Amino acid sequence: MRAVRVVAVNVFRESVRDRVPYNLVLFAVLLIGSSYLIGQLTAGQDVKIIKDLGLAATSVFGLFIAIFIGIGLVSKEVERRSIYALLSKPVSRAQFIIGKYAGLVLTLAVNVSVMAVAVYVILGYMVWTEPPTIRAGWDAPGIDPALLKAIFLIFIELMLVTAIALFFSTFSSPILSAAMTFGLYVAGHFNSDLKNFERVVSSKTAARLARGAYHILPDLSAFDVKTEVVHGLPVTFGYLGSTALYGLAYVAALLLVSTFIFSRRDFK
Amino acid sequence: MRQKDLGIAVMAGVAFAAAISIQIARDRWYPRDDPQREQILYVTSGPALQRIALSFDAVLADVYWIRAIQHYGGDRLSGPTAQTKYTLLYPLLDLTTTLDPYFNIAYRFGAIFLSEAYPGGPGRPEQSVALLRKAITVMPHKWQYYHDIGFVYYWRLRDYQSAAVWFQRAAAQPNAPNWLTPLAASMLVRGNDRAAARFLWQQIAKSEEAWLRRSAERSLLQLQALDQIDHLQAIVQKYPPASGEPHTWSGLMKRAGLPGQPVDPVGMPYVLDPVTGRVRVSEQSPLSPMPEEPRPLQ
Repeated sequence: MRAVRVVAVNVFRESVRDRVPYNLVLFAVLLIGSSYLIGQLTAGQDVKIIKDLGLAATSVFGLFIAIFIGIGLVSKEVERRSIYALLSKPVSRAQFIIGKYAGLVLTLAVNVSVMAVAVYVILGYMVWTEPPTIRAGWDAPGIDPALLKAIFLIFIELMLVTAIALFFSTFSSPILSAAMTFGLYVAGHFNSDLKNFERVVSSKTAARLARGAYHILPDLSAFDVKTEVVHGLPVTFGYLGSTALYGLAYVAALLLVSTFIFSRRDFK
Repeated sequence: MRQKDLGIAVMAGVAFAAAISIQIARDRWYPRDDPQREQILYVTSGPALQRIALSFDAVLADVYWIRAIQHYGGDRLSGPTAQTKYTLLYPLLDLTTTLDPYFNIAYRFGAIFLSEAYPGGPGRPEQSVALLRKAITVMPHKWQYYHDIGFVYYWRLRDYQSAAVWFQRAAAQPNAPNWLTPLAASMLVRGNDRAAARFLWQQIAKSEEAWLRRSAERSLLQLQALDQIDHLQAIVQKYPPASGEPHTWSGLMKRAGLPGQPVDPVGMPYVLDPVTGRVRVSEQSPLSPMPEEPRPLQ
């Protein structure tokens, strides 16, 4: 466990050294700037747009971090040949993989938390400046705790994307890993279309194939509850819990496969 | 394989199976079918989409074409329970043909199915004509588009004058078949007879596209059924039941010496209205709903 912690903390420190937190400054500037501009442009929908923008930016910034750091987690160590020094220490390959993953997830957790705070600060300012008559017309309260549901699922989704990037990183080059991770990310968001394929085609074989693909590909569209949350529609805790559990089980499967592949790699 | 590796592989399999099981359970307990989702057209402006697509407009056209087919197929298979009722068919085909103006099949698909009455299509012949007119602006010498507009005017809008004009325009295009000129003349003289409709569908049935052929073959069977219904109706009138008795197939079979209960061209028994004696195709028949026939000019 100690070995995993050491590797994880190292990954986190490295991401700080790589100036990853700079994106948080960019995020805050984007939100503050857009909240002012949107306030001038929209008729009473500025809070909705700030929420949309805040959640989308959290997701996109997190995605970039997950993919671009995730793909280098293993391959960078191999390219730099630092893997030899690392594996000569009392660190098993499984601990190495899990530690690397945990380090990036820690980075993402810090990022997502800071972004969430920034969104709430901006929303608090909007609530403070808007008169009660305008606030009464909003679909959901300005400072809505339900936003945390969307942020929570964004975080689980980012954990899953990180696991995908790490998985590709164990056997492929960084560029190829980035392309494949991004491809799976896009496919994962269209995945729900495969679920009800039998409503579209009459061929049972095609419908079964589509259903199989629906289960095998990561079901990333399930993590997207942004629209529901922004419009104040209910997202049950049952749905949140089962989706999070699904994400964690998928992450576990990917980490185990990554460990399996990595443990069979020959670094002699 | 080492035992440790095997253990990891087994655990990975178990974790993956757990993920799928949770996914299935979640879909069952917390279904998230959003009817609005189907109706979303992410981008409605073709020119805007063309710019967004950069140099991938042809690929994007293929994506929209697939979406159009899925939308059409989904609503067709859902039948009367369909939520969208083909509302996106025209915009999807319009976007497809804006992204790829030479997407011949998209125009012809629209010509046939946009004009088809509900539940076979949205019943919007004017959208068919709009799409085909768009095709003509891109490919002004393709006689098929003029022919298709003429067909929509004839078969769906029953405007024989306009149909004749469009058939004449089709005949004037290079490589147009020689049957178009007499067809236009026949439109002007008689408006409609079933033979003209049959002839037009037979031409469409020669298409290289399987779905177009299937649609034409179904329409030809419907025309055959209309012939049979006319024949049966004459028999019903010739051999009416005794006063006060209802119309039944068993009674008619005895009176007219029919060998059995008449069936439509796909083998489904015809329905005989006991009160009026009207013969019609069964609602369970794949030929139902029957087309409303164009009427001859008075």
